[in-house]
Amino acid sequence: MNTPSPILSVADLAVEFDMRDGVARVIDDLSFDLMPGETLGIVGESGCGKSMTALSIMRLVPMPPGRIAGGEIRLDGENLVAASDVRIREIRGNEISMIFQEPMTSLNPVYTVGDQIAETVRLHEGLSKRDARDRAIEMLRAVAIPAPEARVEEYPHQLSGGMRQRVMIAMALTCRPRVLIADEPTTALDVTVQAQIFDLLRDLKEQTQTAIILITHDMGVIAEMAQRVVVMYAGRKVEDAPVDELLLNPKHPYSQGLIACVPHLQAVPTVERPPLMEIPGVVPSVSELGRGGCPFAPRCAQAMDRCRQQMPPPSTVAPGHQVACWLIDETRAA
Amino acid sequence: MQFLNSIGQRVLFGLVLLLAVLVLNFTLIHMAPGDPADVIAGEMGGATEEMMASIRKAYGLDRPFHEQLFSYVGKVFQGDLGYSYYFDQPVTELIFERLSATLLLVLTSLFLAIFLGTFLGVFASQNPNGMLSHFVTLLALLGYSLPVFWTGIMLLILLAAPPVDLFPIAGMYDVTKDGGTFDYILDVLHHLILPVVTLSTIYLAFYSRLSRASMLDVLGADYIRTARAKGLSERVVVYKHALRNGVLPVVTFAGLQFSQLFSGAVLVETVFSWPGLGTLAFDSIGRRDTPMLLGILFFSALIVIVANILTDISYRLIDPRIKTGMKT
Repeated sequence: MNTPSPILSVADLAVEFDMRDGVARVIDDLSFDLMPGETLGIVGESGCGKSMTALSIMRLVPMPPGRIAGGEIRLDGENLVAASDVRIREIRGNEISMIFQEPMTSLNPVYTVGDQIAETVRLHEGLSKRDARDRAIEMLRAVAIPAPEARVEEYPHQLSGGMRQRVMIAMALTCRPRVLIADEPTTALDVTVQAQIFDLLRDLKEQTQTAIILITHDMGVIAEMAQRVVVMYAGRKVEDAPVDELLLNPKHPYSQGLIACVPHLQAVPTVERPPLMEIPGVVPSVSELGRGGCPFAPRCAQAMDRCRQQMPPPSTVAPGHQVACWLIDETRAA
Repeated sequence: MQFLNSIGQRVLFGLVLLLAVLVLNFTLIHMAPGDPADVIAGEMGGATEEMMASIRKAYGLDRPFHEQLFSYVGKVFQGDLGYSYYFDQPVTELIFERLSATLLLVLTSLFLAIFLGTFLGVFASQNPNGMLSHFVTLLALLGYSLPVFWTGIMLLILLAAPPVDLFPIAGMYDVTKDGGTFDYILDVLHHLILPVVTLSTIYLAFYSRLSRASMLDVLGADYIRTARAKGLSERVVVYKHALRNGVLPVVTFAGLQFSQLFSGAVLVETVFSWPGLGTLAFDSIGRRDTPMLLGILFFSALIVIVANILTDISYRLIDPRIKTGMKT
């Protein structure tokens, strides 16, 4: 059997920021693959580098002070890190699209939503004004916005948050990209609207076969949406596994902690459950990164001396399941 | 229609405001020391008590204050601003004679300041730590700290007097020159340069700084990141997506500052003997030419109010949130 080649492949990615007191490596040694039609979840707490990963793929890391310091990002074999600015602009919005966390502020307030959707197709497909407008209406209909012929003339402030996020999705998918990056697309929305947006994303994905990178801090969302998960901590990948494997058999203490944080709504109320866990401490600040040793060690209940001195390399524990933790060695040795 | 409705409201408001300005100015000038009859009599070469009385009677200065006020306001709303004591000509005529000179000076300065200032600000915002950005900051500091009349006088001394002598010292055109219309226009432009540079310095400083700050703010906005994520070129991102948002404060201030620009014009016109409303107002104060002064004040108020209404309209055209905001 032929293994299909990944649509997007990130290898040894490093991103650095110039800080007042030196250089901070906010992403280090990050590698993952995205298969065609797959939904890959990236989870972690705020500040763990999830969004920075997304911005790096789009080459939208603000430079200066940031820069991609090493590694490769390959879209169908083409290295985006080395691509020219002109080529990157051809790819953005066309082959790789992105939707952002804040639908309230991510649309330009002075242009109609129709214009903003049409702008993308006019740019990448050279459509006429009229055709682009028709496409905008068609896209609004596809994201289930009622009365799209009227909505196309409206300005962002006339729409609710959920509607705006639908517009963002319409805008991102209008050129049928091969990869869609959704950076916490529902964090700013009501829970009921969240479910609608995820349903929409799932439906659209089935129709278009777009591969999705879904960035979130919510394990529940991952369980719903993703086929595979990358768990990130402090700019590094700590675990990478198929979603069922990760949820049932998390190996890294940080992954275990993230899963233990989620309340189990559907558990049987009469059955005794373990108390809701929290992970003590906070994510290290960027200036503390790259000091050697596992960055999670200060918060890890099972940390050993070795953890504080040496960064654990990723090791494969099962097919498609990688973990970067010294505990794996311990259990193997035992 | 909503849009026209709210504009109509503004116009009505403006009229009420004008009436208030009229009454207030009239009262203030009436309270000021100095009797116009003295000045008029002085012009006629000394006066007896009887002559003074007849002058007062002829100009209606002997009537009670409220009668004078009502008659004045009534006349103004018929378009009659009275006669200048000094020129013995209708005030409206005198104003229109001078108005073009002032508008030429003020509008040229304002548009120059707004356009140049906005673009300086936009360029500076694209590289907030670059040379141009520092230059804008320096310019703003300088322009803001230099008093208008001082800048004017310094420019005259440095550029219009020997040995440099590049520009005319005073006036709007050279009476000794003849030639066609084209020569006349060139001559006026030549005379216009120093006053415009003087008057626009402050505003250039202000607008470049304002648009720099506003653009820096807008360029950090989420929707700018969205625009970049669409694959738009930096030029489209800046000039289409950012500028239309970034220019809003500039428009607001342009309207608000129109009045200040007029007061600045009084100083600049005086320094450069520019034959505009400013010089006329300044001279009329010395001459106790009450109708002239009141007429000019009324007229400036009118222009400021019209400018504010225009600002309002353009704001609505640029920012859709304001248009529809009226609904709720």
